Amino acid sequence: MMFRATITIGLKEGMLDPEATAIRHALGNLGFATEDLHTKKLFIVRFDAADLQEAEESAKAMCERLLANPVIHRYEIEVRQ
Amino acid sequence: MRFAVIQFGGSNCDRDAQYVLSSICGVDTDLVWYKDRLSRQYDAVILPGGFSYGDYLRAGAIAARTPIMQDVIAHARSGRLVLGICNGAQILAETGLVPGVFSINTYPKFICKSVHLRVETTQSPFTSQYRQADVIRIPIAHKEGRYVAPPEVLRDLNEQCRIAFRFCDPAGVSTPESNPNGAMEHVTGVLNPAGNVLAMMPHPERASEPALGSEDGKKVFLSMITYIERAKGVTS
Repeated sequence: MMFRATITIGLKEGMLDPEATAIRHALGNLGFATEDLHTKKLFIVRFDAADLQEAEESAKAMCERLLANPVIHRYEIEVRQ
Repeated sequence: MRFAVIQFGGSNCDRDAQYVLSSICGVDTDLVWYKDRLSRQYDAVILPGGFSYGDYLRAGAIAARTPIMQDVIAHARSGRLVLGICNGAQILAETGLVPGVFSINTYPKFICKSVHLRVETTQSPFTSQYRQADVIRIPIAHKEGRYVAPPEVLRDLNEQCRIAFRFCDPAGVSTPESNPNGAMEHVTGVLNPAGNVLAMMPHPERASEPALGSEDGKKVFLSMITYIERAKGVTS
C-alpha cells in the first residue's frame, strides 16, 4: 500500500534559531510587530509499506537516521494512506 | 606512510590539503573520489572543507551517509587517524564519530577571517607539536560552525581532555567577542573518545606556509605525521 508521510522537523525547546531571529528582524523592518517566530522544515514522502504501523515505523526511522539530527531537532510525523 | 583526502561533490579544499601534505610536509597523499571508496589501507584520512551536496538538509548530512563513510568509520575504529576540517568536521559530527553538531552561526552569515585559537590539549595525535595553551592564528570560513552539544557531552569533553581548540583573543582569553560563531564554551575542535578522530572548523591547511601569513596550522599535520611515525616505530 502507498502511504504519504508528512514530517515536520523543528528545533528542540530552548535551541538557538538564528535564522528565525533574522527573519523576525526583517519582519520588524517591514513594520510587523511579532512576539515570536520559529522555523520548521516540512518533508512529504510517499512510499510503499505493508500497513500503517510499518509506514509509521519507516517514517520514524527516516527521521532518526537522516532527516533530523537528534542533538538539536524534534519531529512530528503524520502518515496517511 | 600514506594519507588520503576524500573528495565529495562540492569539496573545495581537497587540493589545498593534498598540497600541504605532499609538497610542504612531504607525505604521499592520494585524492580519493568518494565513489571509489577506500580501496587500500591509509595511515590517515582527511575529510576536507567545502560544501558537499550543497549543504542540503544540514551541512555534512548527506556526505555522512555515503558508503565511503562506512570505510572511514572502519578506518577510525581500527585506531588510525581521521581529521575533518570545516565541512569535514560537519560530516564527522553527522556520522556520530564525534559528538555534538556544528549548526548555523549565531549571527547567521558566512564568516571568512583569521581567528585566534587556544590549544587545549597536547595529548592528542593532532596537537602534540604545540605547547599547552599556545595561541595560534588560523582562518575560519563557514556559516554552520557553531558547536552545539548537550551539557553532559560538554562535561565529558572537558573531563576527558577531548577539546582540542577553543576560540580566544590574541592574549589567549576566550570572550564572547573572540567567539565568531557563538560555539558553546568557545569549542571549535573536538576529539572522539579514543582521540584518533579530530573535527575542527578552522582551516589548518590555509595556514601552513609563510606566504599565506601564518604557519600555525602546519603543526596539526606534523603532529599526525609524528604520531604515525612513532606508531610504526613501535610495531616494526
